[in-house]
Amino acid sequence: MTLLEAALRAVAALAAFLVLPLLVGQAEHKVMAHMQGRLGPMYAGGFHGWAQLVADGVKFLQKEDVTPAAADRWVFRLAPAVALVPYLLALALVPVHPGLAAVDVPGSVLLVLAATSVGALGTLMAGWSSANKYSLIGGLRAAAQLVSYELPLVLAVASVALAGGSLSLVALADAWSPWWLLWQLPGAVVFLVAGAAELQRPPFDMPVADAELVMGAWTEYTGLRFAFFLLAEYAGIVVVSLLFAVLWLGGWHGPVPDALGWLWTLLKGLAVALVVVWVRVAWPRLREDQLQRLAWLWLVPLALAQLVLTGTGVVLGW
Amino acid sequence: MSEKHRGRHEQPKDTRGSGGLPGVLKGLATTARTAMRPAHTAEYPDVAPSLPPRSRGVIALLEENCTSCMLCARECPDWCIHIDSHKETVPAPTPGGRERQRNVLDRFAIDFSLCMYCGICIEVCPFDALFWSPQFEYAETDIRDLLHEKERLGEWMATVPPPPALDDKAAEPAEVAAANRPARTPRAPGGAAAARPPRTVRPKVVREDPT
Repeated sequence: MTLLEAALRAVAALAAFLVLPLLVGQAEHKVMAHMQGRLGPMYAGGFHGWAQLVADGVKFLQKEDVTPAAADRWVFRLAPAVALVPYLLALALVPVHPGLAAVDVPGSVLLVLAATSVGALGTLMAGWSSANKYSLIGGLRAAAQLVSYELPLVLAVASVALAGGSLSLVALADAWSPWWLLWQLPGAVVFLVAGAAELQRPPFDMPVADAELVMGAWTEYTGLRFAFFLLAEYAGIVVVSLLFAVLWLGGWHGPVPDALGWLWTLLKGLAVALVVVWVRVAWPRLREDQLQRLAWLWLVPLALAQLVLTGTGVVLGW
Repeated sequence: MSEKHRGRHEQPKDTRGSGGLPGVLKGLATTARTAMRPAHTAEYPDVAPSLPPRSRGVIALLEENCTSCMLCARECPDWCIHIDSHKETVPAPTPGGRERQRNVLDRFAIDFSLCMYCGICIEVCPFDALFWSPQFEYAETDIRDLLHEKERLGEWMATVPPPPALDDKAAEPAEVAAANRPARTPRAPGGAAAARPPRTVRPKVVREDPT
């Protein structure tokens, strides 16, 4: 790989990282508004408020960057970066086109899962260093939630890796066949639920439950650092949606020619992201104990059963 | 045990989420259905609201009708109407006649920071000089700017809607009835009494003799 190609890939990944989360965020603004009988943003940018998130970003830029006096200064200031950067890495690893990812490594499945787990560490750092009881409770809830939901998430992905016989996302997407839609369905459900929980999105937003914890671990953050946490959340939606589209929906497999494979993958990912938004609008937040119950009594056994099913299928040569 | 007594001790059946679908799916269906319908949002600054015909937006003044009688100012519960006037002498129309005096309105102002939109001034005006207008966009950044003089009050006359139509079988309005009454014919110099009998006299009844 030449230096130029590496630079091009890095720029492409960065561009996707800056554009796709905004796209999902704007879609959430509008879809959520219409699901609640509203119109959503209508002014920024002229046409149906398309530039609302750009305007929000400019607003965040202008705000004062406050660090609480009692906060653990360096950890506090570093936390947004720890939350944001891993998703950049994860997004760079996800292939969107036949055989094409910004970073193509043999064990990309493992790397993606590891990166997304690190991102959650940022929330914990923010909660611990803020010197605020709401932040601390939010951070600890986030930690408890991540411990619970990491397991079903990994098990569900392991099932696909077993079915495809590879740890590379590109190879797994190539090995995909429509039969997986049924065969891997329980794992898909587990991944979607656990993914939404991993992102701390409603109905799994116990760590940032604003009625109880103000804004959870993000309570003390202002300005650009707060915006980074929000960007990390939406980048997380993009990563989880694209991962779901690649592993369970077949990525670029579709009725369109291979040249448009990237479009097909992105469309599938957008559809998954819309489901994540839809669920957020429709369902109330789970209580902390219900959250743990769902993970350990339903998702983990379901994921294990899927693993057994996949193993049987692989041995019998389905 | 009768039906009536049993209900008190047993929990009523929980019907939430019933109707064929679990609650979570019902929630998804509801939000999806709402998303398919037009939004309820009123885009106010871009689209004017459709107000009911008798909206109480602002009080408009028809200056020509005002006689400075002060009835409105005196009836106003919070004294928000300011009226200044002076008398002018009108020369006699015919030589030897008497000079008349009439009121001339100098100032008519309503302080909308005090007005409580009760409408008593409009009800009480005997000369139809005050009207409700549905116009409501006259907010100010300084409360003192809400004192509006007669020029501004007169501008709002253009926004006063026409009075609502009468009901189908309502009586004619008094003005119309007066205008439609046949003009009084001038009395003829002679023989007029014979043409029209006095109203107090009972008309003579002519009966034919049956025999």
